[in-house]
Amino acid sequence: MTEMKAVRSGNILLVGVGGQGTILASKVLSEGLLRVGCDVKMSEIHGMSQRGGSVTTHVRFGGSVYSPVICEREADILVAFEKVEAVRWLSYMRPGGTLVVNDHEIRPLSVLTGAAVYPGDILERLRGLVPDVRVVNAARIASDLGNVKAQNIVLLGALVRGMKLDDIDWRDVLKEIIPQRMYDLNARAFEAGQSSS
Amino acid sequence: MRRIMTGNEAIARGAWEAGCHVAVAYPGTPSSEILENMALYDEIDSEWSTNEKVALEIASGASIAGARALSAMKHVGLNVAADPFFTMSYIGANGGLVVVTADDPGLFSSQNEQDNRWYAFHAKTPMLEPSDSQECLDFVKDAFDLSERFDVPFLFRVTTRVCHSKTIVDLGERVERPLRSYERDPARRVMTPAAAKGRRYLMEEREKTLSDFSNDCKYNYIEWGSEREIGIISSGISYQYAREAIESLPQMAGRVSYLKLGFTYPLPDELIRSFADEIMRIYVVEENEPYIENFVKQLGIPCLGRDVLPAVDELGPGLVRRAILGIELPEGYSADISPPPRPPVLCPGCSHRGIFYAMSKYKDIVVSGDIGCYTLGAMPPLGVIDSVICMGAGVSSGIGLAKAFAKQPKDGAKVKKIFGVIGDSTFFHSGITGLIDAVVNKSDMALCILDNRVTAMTGHQQNPGVGLTLKGEKTVAVDLRELCVACGVRPENVRTADSYDMKDLEAALRDAYSAKEIFVIIATQPCALIKDVMRSRSGMYCEVDENRCVKCKICMKVGCPAISFSGSIEIERPMCNGCAICAQVCPKDAIVRVGESID
Repeated sequence: MTEMKAVRSGNILLVGVGGQGTILASKVLSEGLLRVGCDVKMSEIHGMSQRGGSVTTHVRFGGSVYSPVICEREADILVAFEKVEAVRWLSYMRPGGTLVVNDHEIRPLSVLTGAAVYPGDILERLRGLVPDVRVVNAARIASDLGNVKAQNIVLLGALVRGMKLDDIDWRDVLKEIIPQRMYDLNARAFEAGQSSS
Repeated sequence: MRRIMTGNEAIARGAWEAGCHVAVAYPGTPSSEILENMALYDEIDSEWSTNEKVALEIASGASIAGARALSAMKHVGLNVAADPFFTMSYIGANGGLVVVTADDPGLFSSQNEQDNRWYAFHAKTPMLEPSDSQECLDFVKDAFDLSERFDVPFLFRVTTRVCHSKTIVDLGERVERPLRSYERDPARRVMTPAAAKGRRYLMEEREKTLSDFSNDCKYNYIEWGSEREIGIISSGISYQYAREAIESLPQMAGRVSYLKLGFTYPLPDELIRSFADEIMRIYVVEENEPYIENFVKQLGIPCLGRDVLPAVDELGPGLVRRAILGIELPEGYSADISPPPRPPVLCPGCSHRGIFYAMSKYKDIVVSGDIGCYTLGAMPPLGVIDSVICMGAGVSSGIGLAKAFAKQPKDGAKVKKIFGVIGDSTFFHSGITGLIDAVVNKSDMALCILDNRVTAMTGHQQNPGVGLTLKGEKTVAVDLRELCVACGVRPENVRTADSYDMKDLEAALRDAYSAKEIFVIIATQPCALIKDVMRSRSGMYCEVDENRCVKCKICMKVGCPAISFSGSIEIERPMCNGCAICAQVCPKDAIVRVGESID
């Protein structure tokens, strides 16, 4: 039997760049929330995003959830897999919400060709605005663990800590979703993320 | 069993549970995963068809024979399939026939934002509109039954947010359905004018029956609130937005009444009247067109819809809350930083990059493009494509461009040549007919078929050139070169080229440019994201020889996201697959390819 301690609810917005693994992270997240008896809705926009475009995934949970999409100013936590994406989606955060941001830069083609400039000191400016900013160097943590691709699970760990969802058996969820040969790496990535912020 | 599923997965599951026999589609976002999931069920004969018209005709034939059949497509796909769609409404359904249209409010990955609910109205085809994954599963199951009961194909209308959102679903089991009996019946199925006219009268009768059903079915119902001041009429994802907008406010929860519509053609006139009789102020919450709103107003019932909600783009709970309750967004965080845009780009190693770069050297050409990854050839720094309309138009609109520019004054003509660009899958979809037209009517345009051995943009589906079916079985791979020759292009005017070989591409373009009759270039290299390609090229990459590089930045003009400049040219190794287009355009031979392919 699933024991409900309290009615949990929350709005989680994950943003990043095509190929960073936001969708897998949100899949693990929704599966875990489902296990503790929450109504869960998740919405993702893909399609052209595979070509290096912005990717967003909305995860909403609670007693009963209607819209799969989070309104502006209603994300309890914004998890930005890339710094500029944090800026792009900042208006979706609830005042007093938590910002988890990967200290990682992916420069869009407009910047590479010199048509636009990648903004400097993003993290400092975000810290000046948002009281609860948690910077995670997920790419480096994942690299140190052996594979940069696990940065999504590092960020998932930080998100779980930020949303106080640590009591869910995430290792078991990871075991179900992640291929067996990648499990150990991802379990370690998850723990590193949990203790990183 | 409970699962969390996308709407697309749930549609496939629902069709399987309903005993569906045949499922057909051409891929198109946001509908593609419906057939990908159908393919997981052995009991269903599922296939990628050449285009949506072919798909719907196959489904129609299967229905006529007594099978349960489903055809899925994106909204613009129904334009392609409109011809059989309209006439199947006359012929009706023997086995249940369900046509899924996946609309794209907000144009996340489409060339227009058409609202396909009008197709139901226009073709007199009943329509179901689910608002989450559970309804996708339940409604599609019922749609087969209803299609058989009312002898009519059903339009099943979903939108991007329904297709690509995951919500909780209770699953059932498959019920096997024997084929319904087939009797020859030309008066019903051979649509000569006389037979069609007979059916036409019957359709009007059917409309009345369906309207009665719509007024008294489980898909359309009222949820009364504690007050009668505000009432909301809504369908699909908009209903979820409306509920969220209101019910998440503690001071509003339980007060508003809803008329939830799931069966949206014909709309339920009596039910709407009985709702309106009780309610002081009615809002119609729907995305894009005022489809329900117009109907309500035709009944003489005042309501608010487009007056307070936008016609363009998706809705969301915030928009609905503001429209109905006048509640503005609270203050939020806003950084005084303008984030650089991040539009989709051709991937590193993309096989389309080289030919676009070579074409960018011609300043006196006009290029008609088509729908696919290569549409991105319009973007800077390549900036080659001048127009994109729809699938197939890369060829046919090119013929028109050539006809028009032929009328330029001979001295001082700015445009000297028309090129068309089309992908392999798209050429099979609807480019062939344009090419035959070009041959027969003596067009002198040049056509580039960018053959990347897969239907890439929608997520790597098989196409007729690949040699594999949807279920991964080996089959005939239709040869593009032979096909072009069979269309009447002279064999010497069909040039194959290696998409990674700039010299090859440049030579082909030179010949195409100077040709006086239709000329086809087939440029081939598989999509860099195909798993086998990624594996075999994983040891290959390009690097810059700092001693030779003069920082002229010509390599950056190919628009590869792996190449950047910050004091010196850098090529990001994990992104690079060693396509070496940059190395070939470098005037100083300062970029070298390292590594070999793994076979």
